[in-house]
Amino acid sequence: MSKLTVEEIEMVADLARLELSDSEKEMYSKQLSVIFDYVDMLDEVNTVDIVETCQVTGLEDVFRDDVVEVSDSEVVKKLIAQFPDKVDNLLKVKQVFDN
Amino acid sequence: MLLNELTITQAREGLDKKKFSAMDITKACLHRIKERNEKINAFITVFEETALHEAQIADDMIARGEIYDLTGIPFSVKDAICTKDSRSTGAGKILDDYVPPYDATVIKKIRKQGAILLGKTNCDAFGHGASNENSMYGPVRNPHDLERVSGGSSGGSAASVADNMCVFSIAEDTGGSIRQPASFCGVVGLRPSYGRNSRYGIMPMASSLDTVGPITKTVADLAVVQRIIAGHDIKDSTTVTNNVPEYSQLLHKSIEGLKIGVPKEYFEIDGMDSEIKTIIKNKIKNIESLGCEIVSVSLPHTKYAIPVYYLIVPSEDSSNLGRLDGIRYGVQAEAQNLHDIYTKSRAQGFPEEVKRRIMIGTYALSSGYYDAYYRKAQKVRTLICQDFERVFEQVDLLVTPTNPSPAFKLGEKKDDVLSMYLADVFVSPSAIAGVPSMSIPVEKTKKGLPVGLHIIGPRLFEGRVMQLGYAIEKFNN
Repeated sequence: MSKLTVEEIEMVADLARLELSDSEKEMYSKQLSVIFDYVDMLDEVNTVDIVETCQVTGLEDVFRDDVVEVSDSEVVKKLIAQFPDKVDNLLKVKQVFDN
Repeated sequence: MLLNELTITQAREGLDKKKFSAMDITKACLHRIKERNEKINAFITVFEETALHEAQIADDMIARGEIYDLTGIPFSVKDAICTKDSRSTGAGKILDDYVPPYDATVIKKIRKQGAILLGKTNCDAFGHGASNENSMYGPVRNPHDLERVSGGSSGGSAASVADNMCVFSIAEDTGGSIRQPASFCGVVGLRPSYGRNSRYGIMPMASSLDTVGPITKTVADLAVVQRIIAGHDIKDSTTVTNNVPEYSQLLHKSIEGLKIGVPKEYFEIDGMDSEIKTIIKNKIKNIESLGCEIVSVSLPHTKYAIPVYYLIVPSEDSSNLGRLDGIRYGVQAEAQNLHDIYTKSRAQGFPEEVKRRIMIGTYALSSGYYDAYYRKAQKVRTLICQDFERVFEQVDLLVTPTNPSPAFKLGEKKDDVLSMYLADVFVSPSAIAGVPSMSIPVEKTKKGLPVGLHIIGPRLFEGRVMQLGYAIEKFNN
């Protein structure tokens, strides 16, 4: 019955940027297979000519004025204080591109 | 009666008549939290110092006659909702040290009235769960039986109200996260229509379903809080501009002549607890005796709600949770390169269930599967919405049980993922359709566990939902 192999789980985990242990891969392979087997019951519903629902409010084209709101300098300080790693007021990240 | 046990209505009256102060109620709540939180684990963070300071401010406001509905009333907030300068973890370790610099819109509205923020309540991490066992800060225990779950995801909010650690709470409901724990803990909880209350400042889960609402001790209290937090917000473009009614005034309208639908599918579910079935059927008879017309109706796509829910929600989830990567805020794992910072921060900072949802969603949205899963679920969602539209042409409201069983034991469903997902079987269809619904406690089982009655209304008819809830509450008393 296992629809999702460990290899597929590894591929999905990589897309989702999640490091999984071997036992987690086994577990999710089994559990996701059960879940996708279950949701397959939707196949019995005839949805020909049915438009998908993306939202339920019926609102369309909601606009607001395109004006720049200047953030309070205290808020800016607090946001910067949340950076896990920084140099002065700049966010520090590891190298993005390989050499 | 102890001050922490008061409802909003009772506290307002006592504060206005100067029988006690905001400081007195706040201290009574903090005392109760100290006495009980170790056992129940309803709060992740308690703000004792700032709460006392806010109580002083509220007493000053009252002294100078600046009095609003919630001035001097202590409340709690689900930890997945941002509160200014107050730690907000969402019950996930990836945000263990996160302190938002702003309040969510709904919280801002409440605090502007001089309500007192006591602390942040435990929940399933980022709203993922129906038992509160997916919190990285330990499960919440049910105040009615400490061996049982509080329900989830807003278990801490429901338990904090049920156990009188606060007067009311603000929580979030994506597919039952307010109503299901409210029912397990024996308190009142409202999921508003999608778009009625602003979601700005809420840690997002499934953007097309997320809502924010109150958990209170009575329906009258719920009407007060919902009136304050509802309304359009420029910062949430999905909020509607419709007028917000004076809910408290609607409560006293007679329910005589209302047509109440009872959907047959909700009573044919496998594994439905027979005691709950009997209690709810008796309640329906009570409603009839109050002058309502009971009509048997059908919502034929009910059984597809859970599969639709578990495709749409994890899909939107997996996308929303992409922002939690340990780079700009939150806890960053030790790693040699950028890729490993992402994968390790997320591996260490999310519990098993959150990872499971991210995996389900990523798979459902991945190339080749999008049409088969996400788009298919969105199409069946349309049919579920149409079920409700059709039925509300025939009846004014629907009543159902909130849950197929009372609160289950801790650990009982932990290894059976699908059975845990099915705990939301009665609360997810209305969430998918975006219509308002509320759980009110009606009776207890022989074991003393609360049972909730679920009232569902047409879009933006929260007032009518509360009107029936209030009549039933009065009848019960």
